Amino acid sequence: MPWNNQSGGNGSGGGGSRGPWGRGPQGGGSGGGGGGQPPDLEELLRRSQERLRSLMPRGSGGFTAGGIAIVALGIVIVWLLSGVYIVGTDEQGVVLRFGKFVSRTAPGINYHLPWPIETALTPKVTRENQINIGYRIEGDSSNEAATQDVPQESLMLTGDENIVDVNFTVFWVIKDAANYLFNVQNPDAAIKAVAESAMREVVGQNNIEPILTQDRGPVQQQVQAVMQKTLDSYGAGVTITRVQMQKVDPPSQVIDSYRDVQAARTDQERMRNEAEAYANKIIPEARGQAAQIVQQAVAYKQQVIAEASGDAKRFISVYDEYRKAPQVTRKRIYLETMSSVLGGMNKVIMDDSAAKNGVVPYLPLQGLTSSPVERVTVRGSRNGAATQSQASNNSSGDQQ
Amino acid sequence: MNRTFALGGAIVAIALIIVGLSSVYTVNMTEQALLLQFGAPKQVVTQPGLHFKTPFVQDVVYVPKKLLNLDAPAEEVIALNKKRMVVDAFARWRIVDPLRFYQSLFDVRTAQTRLTPILNSNVRQVLGSQSFAAMLSDKRAQLMIDIRDNLNNDTKDFGITIVDVRIRRADLPQQNSKAIYGRMQQERKREANEFRAEGAETAQRIRARAEREVTVLTAEATRESEILRGQGDAEKTKILAQAYTQDPAFFDFYRSMQAYKEGLPGDNTTLVASPKSEFFRYFGTDGNGK
Repeated sequence: MPWNNQSGGNGSGGGGSRGPWGRGPQGGGSGGGGGGQPPDLEELLRRSQERLRSLMPRGSGGFTAGGIAIVALGIVIVWLLSGVYIVGTDEQGVVLRFGKFVSRTAPGINYHLPWPIETALTPKVTRENQINIGYRIEGDSSNEAATQDVPQESLMLTGDENIVDVNFTVFWVIKDAANYLFNVQNPDAAIKAVAESAMREVVGQNNIEPILTQDRGPVQQQVQAVMQKTLDSYGAGVTITRVQMQKVDPPSQVIDSYRDVQAARTDQERMRNEAEAYANKIIPEARGQAAQIVQQAVAYKQQVIAEASGDAKRFISVYDEYRKAPQVTRKRIYLETMSSVLGGMNKVIMDDSAAKNGVVPYLPLQGLTSSPVERVTVRGSRNGAATQSQASNNSSGDQQ
Repeated sequence: MNRTFALGGAIVAIALIIVGLSSVYTVNMTEQALLLQFGAPKQVVTQPGLHFKTPFVQDVVYVPKKLLNLDAPAEEVIALNKKRMVVDAFARWRIVDPLRFYQSLFDVRTAQTRLTPILNSNVRQVLGSQSFAAMLSDKRAQLMIDIRDNLNNDTKDFGITIVDVRIRRADLPQQNSKAIYGRMQQERKREANEFRAEGAETAQRIRARAEREVTVLTAEATRESEILRGQGDAEKTKILAQAYTQDPAFFDFYRSMQAYKEGLPGDNTTLVASPKSEFFRYFGTDGNGK
């Protein structure tokens, strides 16, 4: 088709002005999409007719009925062939006869009766469409990081009269091509409007805290359900496949406060951990200390028992021998003890008479020693027996 | 002769084609048609496809069959409790009676301008009879249904039906938003303080419990220790008593001697003794002891 680019006004061109031959090669402007073939055919027809007319006056003799028939046949064949169309793998064909929907066709090469009897539309039914709400992706799609927030779409009230900043994306596919094409004016805008409305409805019934945290999934599902129900009531012929909440944040004005809450939560955890670390340190230490105390006591107990039995044995041993010679042993022990005790001492031996004569008051006891004085009281008397008995008293039953 | 015949035939053919074309019309899937005869409505055609009419006499007016959008601009609405909100609503409607529609509203553009204030007044009326809180509850869906029903009632003469009214946005005016932000900040601050205080509380609780446990552990150990020491002392007493009771007098002497030895350790002790004491019995004698 050499004149493929010359598509004229779609549809209304049938009875319209016959374009002059010279207008031909100029670009037709609007590509006709799925219904692009009929105007081509029209042009072709028109051109053929004009060529015929232009031929007629010149060769009056050389123009035969057979020639006309051949040309007419060719035109009819081309016209019939113009009904061939291709439905892509991601498309569904919808065939209209005089504007009335007659059939759906599967992907592949297909045929409809040529224009103006039938036309075919091929919407992309398997492609998943995407609507971003609350933000726009800026620039080319390869650089997806550059998103522009749209606050009037993304800020919404929650059930507890807080404001939350929600960006979300709706994915949808065409469920029924005919319904999608014929039932709703501007279906894409309708889906977007319904999505916004549904999200606000659902968010308005929930409190901010669960929306920000664990309840994203349920919110998404509810929005999807509300959207599907609404769009089904329109007969929009679409299926909402997914609603995905991209960013759910507190508004930028208060986000610092929210971050501080997170920090506080971390602080809380940290304080608890520190305290537990402290507890885990001091309790085992105390256990160790307790064990030490008990062990020391056990040691003491065993020590004193052992020592006591040692002492007892020693005493008994000594006693056994003492019984054999009590007087001698007694004396010996006394003298031995005294010698060992008195051996290391400073000694002042003073006669009773000296004491009587008043020496004692002048005795410089402080000068004799620098340490506390161990005083063995000197109690003398003129009576020797008395002195002896006194002394024997002092030396623990010497007389026995 | 031949040529005039051909010319005549061509004229007739063209005339036939014109008549033929003007006696058929197609109705698209998305349209419905109103057949007018010199302006008088004759027939409503809702079925899509090829249809016939009387040429030249009858005219076809197309009206859309699709679900149409009516988008009202955002409006401030005062709720029952005097709270103001900005409401952005839209309606979906469809022409069900093309004739009535054509007579009352003429075309879609006129219809939009006529319907917008009706939608707005219904929104105001329904939402104005409710508190703002109702908007933020599951009553919202019912309110939208109410608006739709009222709107249908108001527009029943237009040959249209309102399929759905939805509130796209219902927000507080800008200055109220600021107040909300302030409140949200306060609430978060409170929450943060609460978390920190709870953390301190928990920490203190844990520490106190640990310290208590330490005290109890130590005390129990001390108790056990004292019991053991007491047992030891008792055993010691028993053992020594058993030994010493064999001869209390000797014990008295023997232990005293030991005590002197242990209790009077050397150097720093000064003894002022009488030469007449027992130890010095032989002092100044001739060795007889008397």
